[in-house]
Parts: sequence; structure tokens; C-alpha cells
Amino acid sequence: MIALQKRPTPSRALSLATPLIAVLITMIMGGALFAVLGKNPLEAIRTIFYDPVFGEFAFYYRPQLLVKAAPLVLIAIGLSLGFKAGIWNIGAEGQYIIGAICGAAVGLAFYPTESRLIFPLMILAGALGGWAWGMIPAFLKVRFGTNEILVSLMLVYVADQLLASMSLGLLRNPEGMGFPGSRNFSDFPAASSWINEAAGLHWGMAFAFIAVIFAYVLLNRHILGFNIRLTGEAPRAARFAGVNPTRLILFCLGTSGALAGLAGLFEVTGPSGQINIDFASGYGFTAIIVAFLGRLHPVGILLAALLMALTYVGGDLAQGNLGLPSAAIQVFQGMLLFFLLALDLLTNYRVVLKKKGAA
Amino acid sequence: MTTPLLSIKGLTKAYPGVVANDDVSFDIGHNEVHALLGENGAGKSTLVKMIYGLVKPDSGTMTWNGQPFAPSEPKAARASGVAMVFQHFSLFDALSVAENVALGMENPPSMRDLARRIRRVSETYGLPLDPNRTVGDLSAGERQRVEIIRCLLQDPKLLIMDEPTSVLTPQEVDILFQTLNKLKAEGTSILYISHKLEEIRTLCDHATILRLGKNVGECVPAQTSARDMAEMMVGDTLQTPTRTTEKAGDVVLDVSGLTLEPSNPFGTTLKNIHFTVRAGEILGIGGVAGNGQDELLAALSGEALTWPDAIKVNGKDVANLGPNARRDLGILAAPEERLGHAAAPDLSLTENALLTGAIREGLSNKGFVNWSKTAEFADKIIKQFDVRTPGNHVAARALSGGNLQKFVIGREVLQRPEVLVVNQPTWGVDAAAAASIRQALLDLAAGGAAIVVISQDLDELMEISDRFGALNEGRMSDIRPAAGLTIDEIGLMMGGAHGMEVANVGDQQEGAGA
Repeated sequence: MIALQKRPTPSRALSLATPLIAVLITMIMGGALFAVLGKNPLEAIRTIFYDPVFGEFAFYYRPQLLVKAAPLVLIAIGLSLGFKAGIWNIGAEGQYIIGAICGAAVGLAFYPTESRLIFPLMILAGALGGWAWGMIPAFLKVRFGTNEILVSLMLVYVADQLLASMSLGLLRNPEGMGFPGSRNFSDFPAASSWINEAAGLHWGMAFAFIAVIFAYVLLNRHILGFNIRLTGEAPRAARFAGVNPTRLILFCLGTSGALAGLAGLFEVTGPSGQINIDFASGYGFTAIIVAFLGRLHPVGILLAALLMALTYVGGDLAQGNLGLPSAAIQVFQGMLLFFLLALDLLTNYRVVLKKKGAA
Repeated sequence: MTTPLLSIKGLTKAYPGVVANDDVSFDIGHNEVHALLGENGAGKSTLVKMIYGLVKPDSGTMTWNGQPFAPSEPKAARASGVAMVFQHFSLFDALSVAENVALGMENPPSMRDLARRIRRVSETYGLPLDPNRTVGDLSAGERQRVEIIRCLLQDPKLLIMDEPTSVLTPQEVDILFQTLNKLKAEGTSILYISHKLEEIRTLCDHATILRLGKNVGECVPAQTSARDMAEMMVGDTLQTPTRTTEKAGDVVLDVSGLTLEPSNPFGTTLKNIHFTVRAGEILGIGGVAGNGQDELLAALSGEALTWPDAIKVNGKDVANLGPNARRDLGILAAPEERLGHAAAPDLSLTENALLTGAIREGLSNKGFVNWSKTAEFADKIIKQFDVRTPGNHVAARALSGGNLQKFVIGREVLQRPEVLVVNQPTWGVDAAAAASIRQALLDLAAGGAAIVVISQDLDELMEISDRFGALNEGRMSDIRPAAGLTIDEIGLMMGGAHGMEVANVGDQQEGAGA
């Protein structure tokens, strides 16, 4: 009989190893799935995991990976702070949209002025927009005890409507012949987030990197990071340790909102280029997976975001080259999270084989 | 010699890393109150769980009235006539007494019938209880009566009671003992688990003593001194804490008119509490659990803020300061609940040392944590308070209750408090460790600290307090010098027997008839 036995101390080695094991099992099971679909599993796995990084056209796909990973890192880092404290911001997608709208609006207000000050101002506006959107569930939770999961999630749909209204109304390109969508930032150098478009480098990557370092130092060296972890582990002990839960909620939701807002701003002024109805691409939700896949650890999140970006880019490639249906790619991504969460059990429990009790 | 009711031979049960019971044998006769005595972790709970069918023994046999007895589940044990009152009650607060009893029955009769039966049993055995009352309104003693009556309705041959007096006032203990004696007279045997020696001496006919899972001796409690039993239980001579006679200094902690609504709906409201503690003095606060102890600790530690001037330390109003501001002033606390309140279960001991030590030990600088200094502080606690652990990296939940308690108390004591408030400092701690914790508190007082010890262990309070008060329904009794207090006086300070005012008419008739 197989039984689970609780470990006295969570296994550190396994908590590091489980994401890798999960990836491995996903590859095997995904391969089996592709085989059932009549594709060569090895080729499919190679197309998804190997070709974008080392294949013939890697020079094109590698920058793509960074472009996809940067917003995921920024958002997931913010989310991980709250998740560690047991504060569940599910609405990063909304904060991402509002950040993009606010930042873009500030930039477009200056069009076509060229000044070095415009882009920093837009960054500030993007962060503030996301922050403000994150503070709505924070304030409601602190003041009225509402559930931040529901409020932040519902605000995503509000943000979606705002996005539609903006791209059709206030921010619509006056020279766009009536098409929905704002001016394209590629025509507005002072407000572009590209550092080097050919190399696929934009400011979002720099900020994502800074966010990783900032979060690492905060969580491992600073008392505020300790208080965040303590609140998640044992809320009553946190109170006893003098942690002010109200301030912590405001900090975590505010910070994750601001980072999501930044991600939106860098996306709209770079890869996406304009505020449009279909600007929202689900990064805010995917980042939740990234945060957990990365063990809520800053470096883990960086790696997880790259892996997630790989499944996006490689998945596109497999769709194009092998004719894999896009649903199969989504199943593949879902498997990854599924196996990860299932294997998570092993960090706290060990599997023991028991002989049937001598009755 | 007649066949014993239950005969246990060579019972052994091992868990990974620990042998909970090692070849334990003893007999429980008919009409006998049999004590099972041992420290925490001696294997008492595992043993009774095997009798009650919750745990299967690895080896060994049991016979019940001469027949082989191997209950595979509690239902089978109950069918044979074994009933058990657990230390922690399993009752639903929102339901009435009768509804709670019905929930535990396989074929509950109609509510009216059941209420009548409950009333009858409660009258017969002197357990005053109204079947229609909501359990949420009952005191701990009354809740225990619900559990006992639930068992008695099954007509048990053997009643197992796990630490039944830990939640009772002395008067309630008397009522319980009368009930148990009556049950014994009517032919029910009782297996009575406790570590309180005086109780066992007054109540029990035989005692089996367990130490580290082994049966280390049997005795007739009435003919054995408490000290001898304690030494059998501990396997060592006991160190009694010593106190140096000290003069109490100035008033350090001054609580006046402390009133506080509880933070959770099932808490107790503190009502107009007054007391002072001088430097070098230990104030013991007794009372049955759930009468405001947690709330009092929260008010003193700063987790709950109160009206201005309700709490003053060295003349300074601290009522509106949070825990860290109070730590800065030297007011430290150790809550009752070790895991989840005093310490975070999944964090390491080093991290748990930071939990309260950051301020006074200077473990952080401009918000940045000095981890090496924190680890040193954790090591110091581990060393000076003899915390048995492989190292400071171990998660708090991996420590045994007693070891974690030593860590939690040590963490506060080593921060040189001016005022220390502890709740249940030796709860679940073995006798030797309890003695060393009490000694540490006495030494701290001798060094000039003002100490408040909240505890449900009256022996402990009498041993170390200079003055004594009791909490009862959120009110504080008069504070009196501890020396010379009789157990009756203490019982009255704790509120006497809870619920006697609802004693049934039938109960009084019974009393009149007796």
C-alpha cells in the first residue's frame, strides 16, 4: 500500500527539483499526447523546446523569448510578494491594462514633442495607473473586508471595457481613418520602450531584471520581506511579531499593481505598439502560473518566465511547422502546472510503501 | 483470582523513529479506577487509542473478559463496552446539548426521548446539565459533562478519561470524582489518564506508570507518596525550583480599568481588570481556560490595543502601543499557542528567533536583517535553554512541544524583559523541562523583572507566584498573597463550580435523598 507521510521539515532539495521533474514529466506526457495526435513526439518536443533556442532560426526566436518573458517576470514578481503573504491578487491583467492606458495617455498627450523626459514620465504614469487599480481591492479589503480575489478579478473586466472605450474613443488615433486603436508608438521615438528593436531589447527587460534583484533582497535580507513570509506562514504569529496587516495588504497589492502597470506600459510602447481592443493578451493570468512555477522565488520566477515564453514561442513554431492544433499547446501548458502542483506534495510529504498491516 | 475486565499483554506500537509503546502489559479489574500515569510523550495516548480501536498494535494481545479483543475501529470497541472522553472535545458550538449527543449515536432516538434520557443520566450521576442549552454557552466543565453523558448513554463497562481535570475548577473536580466513584460502585471500570499525582492518589485504586513507552512500575496510589510516583514517572530525582527571598520593588506594571472586546466572536470580553505587579514579583493568574486568558495576554503584549491609561509600565501609558513599541520598552510576552502564534511552524528556529528578537537584540539595521547575528541569538537560546534540536535551521514544527516551549520562553527571557507575560509556560512540557522553565522565571524575577504567569496548572502557580488572582468570565478576582491560600479559596476565586446554578431540580432531590 502506498501511503503519504508528513516530513518534519519541508525538503529543500525537492522544492528545487520538483519544477525540473514537472517539466520532464510534461515532456513525456506531452510527447504521448502528440503521438496520439499522429505527430512524431520527439520532433514536436524538439520543435517546442530546442528549436527556438538552438535551431536554425534561433537568431529570430531568441529575442522573442525575452520579449515574452519580460512582462511575465515583472508581473509575477509583484504577484509573488502578495502570494507569499496570503494576499491573492488575481487581477494583474487589469492592472496591466490600466498601466498601459495611463502610460500611453501621458505619452500621447505630448505627441509629437520630442523630449527625453517624456518616457520617464510615461513609466511613472504606467506604474501609478497599475498601482491605483491594485489599490481598489486593497482599500476595499482593508476598509470593508471584501475578498481581494473576487474584487481584483472583476476589475479585470472593468479594465477590459475601459480599454475598448479608450481605443474607440479618447485615445483613438485622429489620423487612423476611423479604425479603432491609438497612434502607434513606433512612429513616436521619444515614447518608445525599444532600446534596440532588432535585438529585441526593450526597457521592460531592464526593469524585470531590476525587479528580480529588488525582490530577492527584499525577501531574503529585509525585515519587510520576512514579515511578508511570516504573514503567509502564520498570520497570528505575524501579529504577535508586530506586523500591521493593513499596511502589508496595501503594500503587496500596491506593489504588484505597479509592477503589472509597468509591464503594460512597456508592452504598449514596444512589442504591441498601440492601445487597441485586443491589447490584453493574458500575461496577467499566465504570470500567476509563472509565479507558482518559480516557487514564488525571484530567481525561480525568472527561469519559469523564460520556460513559459519558450512554450509560447515553441508552441507557435510547432503550430506552423507541424500543424499541431493550438489547443494541444494549451493542454501542454496546463499539464506543466498540473504536474508541478501534484509534485509539490512531495516537498511536505514522503511516499512510503507500507506492508499491509498484520491484522 | 477472577478474570480481569481488560488484560493487556505485550502491546507494542512503533512509529518511524520512535517506539510509542514497548511491550506494555497490565490488567484492569472489574470495579476499578485504574490510573495511567506518565509524562507527555510517555505513550499514554497511543496506548488508549489501541484500546479504543483508533490505532492497531504492531504486536501484543488484549483480552476482554477472557475473550480475545482486537477492535479494528472505535465502533467495535464501543460495541464491546469501551467509551472514551477525549481531552479535546468534539462538540458543535451552535447545536444544543441533546443535538450534539444525538450526532454521536448510531440510531438516535427522538429528541424528546433523548432529552429525557440525558436528564435522567445527568440526575443519576450528579452531572447537572440542561439538554436544551446551546453548547456554545457552556463552560469547559459543562462541555466535559456533555462528553461524559454521551459516553454514559452507551452503558460502558470501561470508561477511558484523558486528562479530564485540566479544564476544571477544584469544585468541578470534586463533582467529577463523585460521579466517577458512583460509576465505579455501579460496576463501570475507569481508565484514568493524568499526570496530576494528588488526583490519582485520591481517586485511583491502581496505577500503571509509563515512561518512554515502557511500563516502568505499578503501585497503589493511596499507599505511595506523590514524590515517589513522580520519580518513577521521570526516572530521576526531581529538582524543585528554588527561590531566593527577594524584596519586591516599585510598581512596574499597572493595569487599571482594562476593558476589551475580544477580536473573535467566541472570545471573552475583559471587564474592568485591575492589578499591579512590582519589580521582582511574580503574579500568578489562574482560571479555567477560555475565561479571558488569551485576551489578557493580547492586551498586555500589544496585539490588542486598549483605552488610554489602562496599562502603564513604569508610569508610562502603553495602552496604545503595538507589540514592537512595547518590546522596545521591555514588555515581552509568550503566548500559549506555540505553533502559529508564538512561533511560525514552517520557519526555521533562526527565523523564529527574529520574530520577537529583532527589536531588543538589534538584529536588523535600517530594516536589513543581520542573519548571522540572528543565528547567534538562536544558538544562544538553544544552548542556554537546552532545546534539543539538530540545529537552528530546523523548522519549528519539527520540534517536540516541550522543546519548542523551551525555545519560546528562552527567546523572551534572554531579551532581559522588564515585564514578562507568559501564558501556560509549561503546558505539555515534561516535568524536568517544566522545572527548568519555572526556575528561569524565578531567576528573572530575582533579577528585578515584573512577571505575570497565566496558567491553568494551580500547582505551578502556587509554586512560583508571590500573589495570585483568577480570571472568571473576563473578570479578575481580588489579588491575594499566594502563600497560605487554600484550594477551596482558590476554587472560589476561579468562580466555584460552573453551571451549578442550572443544576436540575432532580439533582437537588437526589441530593436531598442521599
